[in-house]
Amino acid sequence: MALYSEKVMDHFRNPRNVGVIENADGIGEVGNAKCGDIMKIYLKIEDGIIADVKFETFGCGSAIASSSMATELIKGEPVSEALALTNKAVVEALDGLPAHKLHCSVLAEEAIKKAIQDYYEKNGIEYDKTQFPNCENCSHCSAHAE
Amino acid sequence: MAQIYLDNAATTKMSKTAIKAMLPYMDEIYGNPSSLHSVGQKAAEALTESRRRIAKRLGCDEKEILFTSGGSESDNQAILSAATIGERKGKKHIVSTAFEHHAVLHTLQKLKKHGFEITLLPVSEDGLITEQQVENAIRPDTCLVSVMYANNEIGTIQPIEKIGEICRKKGVIFHTDAVQAVGHVRVDVQREHIDMLSLSAHKFHGSKGIGALYVRKGIPLTSLIEGGAQERGKRAGTENIPAIVGMAVALDEACENMEKNTKKLTKLRNMLIDGLSTIPHSVLNGDCEKRLPTNVSFCFEGIEGESLLLLLDDKGICASSGSACTSGSLDPSHVLLAIGRVHDIAHGSLRLTLSEENTEEEIKYTVSAVKEVVAYLRGMSPIWRDLVNGKKEFIIK
Ligand SMILES: Cc1ncc(COP(=O)(O)O)c(C=O)c1O
Ligand SMILES: [Zn+2]
Repeated sequence: MALYSEKVMDHFRNPRNVGVIENADGIGEVGNAKCGDIMKIYLKIEDGIIADVKFETFGCGSAIASSSMATELIKGEPVSEALALTNKAVVEALDGLPAHKLHCSVLAEEAIKKAIQDYYEKNGIEYDKTQFPNCENCSHCSAHAE
Repeated sequence: MAQIYLDNAATTKMSKTAIKAMLPYMDEIYGNPSSLHSVGQKAAEALTESRRRIAKRLGCDEKEILFTSGGSESDNQAILSAATIGERKGKKHIVSTAFEHHAVLHTLQKLKKHGFEITLLPVSEDGLITEQQVENAIRPDTCLVSVMYANNEIGTIQPIEKIGEICRKKGVIFHTDAVQAVGHVRVDVQREHIDMLSLSAHKFHGSKGIGALYVRKGIPLTSLIEGGAQERGKRAGTENIPAIVGMAVALDEACENMEKNTKKLTKLRNMLIDGLSTIPHSVLNGDCEKRLPTNVSFCFEGIEGESLLLLLDDKGICASSGSACTSGSLDPSHVLLAIGRVHDIAHGSLRLTLSEENTEEEIKYTVSAVKEVVAYLRGMSPIWRDLVNGKKEFIIK
């Protein structure tokens, strides 16, 4: 059996929504180069809808595929739906990931949340901080925090 | 282009000559060499003959060759045997290096739990250690020095003869993991003062699951596998005659063609190194002179190794990387960390290891494929954007 599902390989080989959005309404970057994965999400938000989304990723095959799939899942959705996206949903949409690659899908979920948080901050929108990951001590990279 | 195999440090394709030599021992000469009847005795003859041939290639006596299941077992047995000898004399200190194969490092870790003190010598940025470092590390209670002949990831060749001289002078057992060296460079256990040496057939076109340990006369071995009296009681289990025959034939073939192959490989290797060096912000890992003719190892800033491998595989190129994501652990290769590559850089590593079957055409294709894939991945890398925009400083200039 191959390491990755057909779906993962498809999104890895032909990633959707790669790139940047100039003057994005929200930007979220998570992970660090030390642990080998960095994901950056750019959002364009219009009337509470994710009008456009782009990503840049430094990482393995599953990191790139997770970014691609996650952006596909939230594109055109209301912000509230994007906020509710879980890494589990990303993994399911990819027909699964190997156990030691699950952290890549977590990064995708967190990058989106961070981009939305950035949008809220920039626009002075009140929000519930507990809904967002605390990147100062994020679990999957703290092993390298030094 | 058809498949281009550039992962010969992981394993090699079997030699046709070796396969041919092995076949009769799976067919009509299937006897157990411990049996007294003629079919068993024919197998025993093949065993003796193979042992003699391998000993000749290493420059030792056939009684000094022990067959094992491969490099890992040889490393384990060599180290544990030396530790047993040391312990009896109250010597519980071992000198090795930070970039050994895990077969060595994990065995040393185990000994540490049994009260041994382990000194792992730091490796230079060029991937080399010096005989001076070894000399300085040896203490009155040192029972073993274990230094690999050639590194499996970055291909650097260590000053084995000089280290051997020092160990001999100091009366310390010297073991070398020569798994990547045997069949590729001239190894002579007498000239190089080697007391124990590990080798593995599948790295020189023999079959997997077979290897040998050379042990100098007078050094008692501890057996890891108890049972019958095979291998002079030091390694129980009916001998894998076909694999042993194949190993001897493959080694003979490799040694007979070594000059010719080295010339060809060195040219291909240098072509590959020159080609990949033109990629901006890339760096060769390991000294460019003191390295195996088969090994090319690079780090590319701003990208991650696994995605590089997957995309190269799509282009028909089989390669390897020391990135964390390819190893299934959080950390990138300990070898790259040992030569001072920081995590960020070590994740972007690529290892290409050649065999004499590779062609110039394949190398040219590989260089352009790597260039293309690196540029593509950098194009979607947020780190690369920050580097290019001057938000972050390049580590590889
Ligand atoms: C330097 C080194 N030592 C030991 C080994 C282990 O050899 P084997 O696979 O035969 O157990 C390898 C192969 O991966 C190696 O490259
Ligand atoms: Zn990853």
